[in-house]
Amino acid sequence: MTAKSSYKVLPGPEGYLPPAAATMSVMLPDPGEGLVEGEIVPQEQAINKIAEKLLSAKNPTFFPGPLVLWAWKDGVIEKAVAAKELADVVGAKIIPMPDYRPKYPMINPEIEINPNHPNLTIWHNKIDVCVFVGVHCHFANIALKIIRGGTSCYTIALCGEMGHEDAMITLRDVKADTIRKITEAVKEMKAGGVVSG
Amino acid sequence: MVEQKVLEPEKLFFETQRTELFITGSEVVKEAIKRANVDIAISYPITPQSESMHLVGDLYAEGYVKEYFRGENEFAVMSEVMGASMAGVRVFTATGGPGTLRAFENFPNWSGSRLPIVCAFMTRGVNAPLSIQPDTIEMAFMLDTGMIMFHAETGQDIFDMILKAYVIAEKTDVHLPIGIFMDGFFVTHTRDKVKVTPEEFKLPPYKPYCSPIPVMDMENVPVRHMRDPFVMKSNFISYAAHASWQQEILAAVERSRKYIYRYLGGMVEVENKNADILIITSGTAVSQSREAIELAKQEGIDVGLVKIKCLRPFPVDEIRELAANAKYIIVPEFNRVGWMCRELKSVIEDNSKVIGAPRVFGGMTMPPKLILDEIRRCAN
Repeated sequence: MTAKSSYKVLPGPEGYLPPAAATMSVMLPDPGEGLVEGEIVPQEQAINKIAEKLLSAKNPTFFPGPLVLWAWKDGVIEKAVAAKELADVVGAKIIPMPDYRPKYPMINPEIEINPNHPNLTIWHNKIDVCVFVGVHCHFANIALKIIRGGTSCYTIALCGEMGHEDAMITLRDVKADTIRKITEAVKEMKAGGVVSG
Repeated sequence: MVEQKVLEPEKLFFETQRTELFITGSEVVKEAIKRANVDIAISYPITPQSESMHLVGDLYAEGYVKEYFRGENEFAVMSEVMGASMAGVRVFTATGGPGTLRAFENFPNWSGSRLPIVCAFMTRGVNAPLSIQPDTIEMAFMLDTGMIMFHAETGQDIFDMILKAYVIAEKTDVHLPIGIFMDGFFVTHTRDKVKVTPEEFKLPPYKPYCSPIPVMDMENVPVRHMRDPFVMKSNFISYAAHASWQQEILAAVERSRKYIYRYLGGMVEVENKNADILIITSGTAVSQSREAIELAKQEGIDVGLVKIKCLRPFPVDEIRELAANAKYIIVPEFNRVGWMCRELKSVIEDNSKVIGAPRVFGGMTMPPKLILDEIRRCAN
């Protein structure tokens, strides 16, 4: 197997065409774990780091994707409600990624983000920390690399499947309960005196 | 349909009581597909593949495969399995030699579309004048399609690799096509002892809603991701999206490594790894090398063997480590271009010790004595 990676998944702009973190030997977390800047950590540690990043952000923004925007199976509404509650507690904006078609001739970055040119929405809104939730894995990975390449935005991916190496922080197997744990962590930090950036 | 019980892959592969059969490689394909819970198989005949897909057609008649038809040609078949896979069902097909090249545009499309198609490639010569004989030249073309590639040496490899390919291909973080390559005639048309799992058990069904891309289901959103492709747009944004997309395919190939270890037991099999002379190869060239190593042993020459089971992803770290202490590395191949030798030379630090010989092609067999000649040259 490939040796442990020394590659760090950090905010960019990393450059013209940064590599996929997986090709730099960054591995996805196993169940019960998270990934913080390329390093596998216990899930609880990753949750606390997400709370810390969200609270220290000037303009945190959630990007909910199709998997939480439509009630296409049981549990989705609960998960969407949990994500909305977390965004509210943080004081974050919500800009949806309703589908994956490139938007031509021009996207309206006030109301929408697209995986093929996510940097446009991030630049326009001056987003410094973003959260992907409910985005299909392939499109999340495409967008996360473009964001790392061209912006200084800190990326967090809450994945219902196996996580995303190209996000700075990722959790896997994320359900409504997992999101509520992040909300609790945010509330605890706030109660402890941490104020939103 | 025949009633079969669904069994978790780990139990099916590693815990069930296996039965030994003495069957041809084509018949092994049938036995694997019988247990693979395949929704649709699409065929088009080409030697030496025709018999295997004919036998899969028998599985349809027997009630093990839900749908089956013969396509118009290889390009059509590979397009049709692509459509079926996009629609969210488990598919199987097979081809070989000129059929592989006729269908070629589809293979990078399968990868780029993140489709977990499993396809058997019964390799044969691609040549003018026409040859229908064994040759692994088509694998050289397939190396950069973004597909995961396994190379079977034996009938047992065919059985295990096909079934395990479905499990690896359908992992959300991988979700790529897998080609199981087998040397035409040498394994497809010869009998071998193969231990198969009980036929009353089959793999769990494919879960299309765990796919990293939206399944093309008109009842669920978003279904329209295929519209407005950015392929025709000439601007940096569309170039960057394409680049990131291609990187993601490479990333998905990388993620398959841990599953290849889990299910295939690793990317290589090694015997006598500390020998000064190592043979590194894949497919039936491994079998011929085993014979040559036995002959060398009778002459007092110690030779090690590395069988590469997986070509994409390539076992880079494993090969570097194994090659580090060898003085000579012999690479026998069944093709003219020596793609395996090129692959090895690209990753081994001191590649002057890699010997790209013996090499046979055009349907020729590889007598073990040819390999023994190379061993003797190294030993002297």
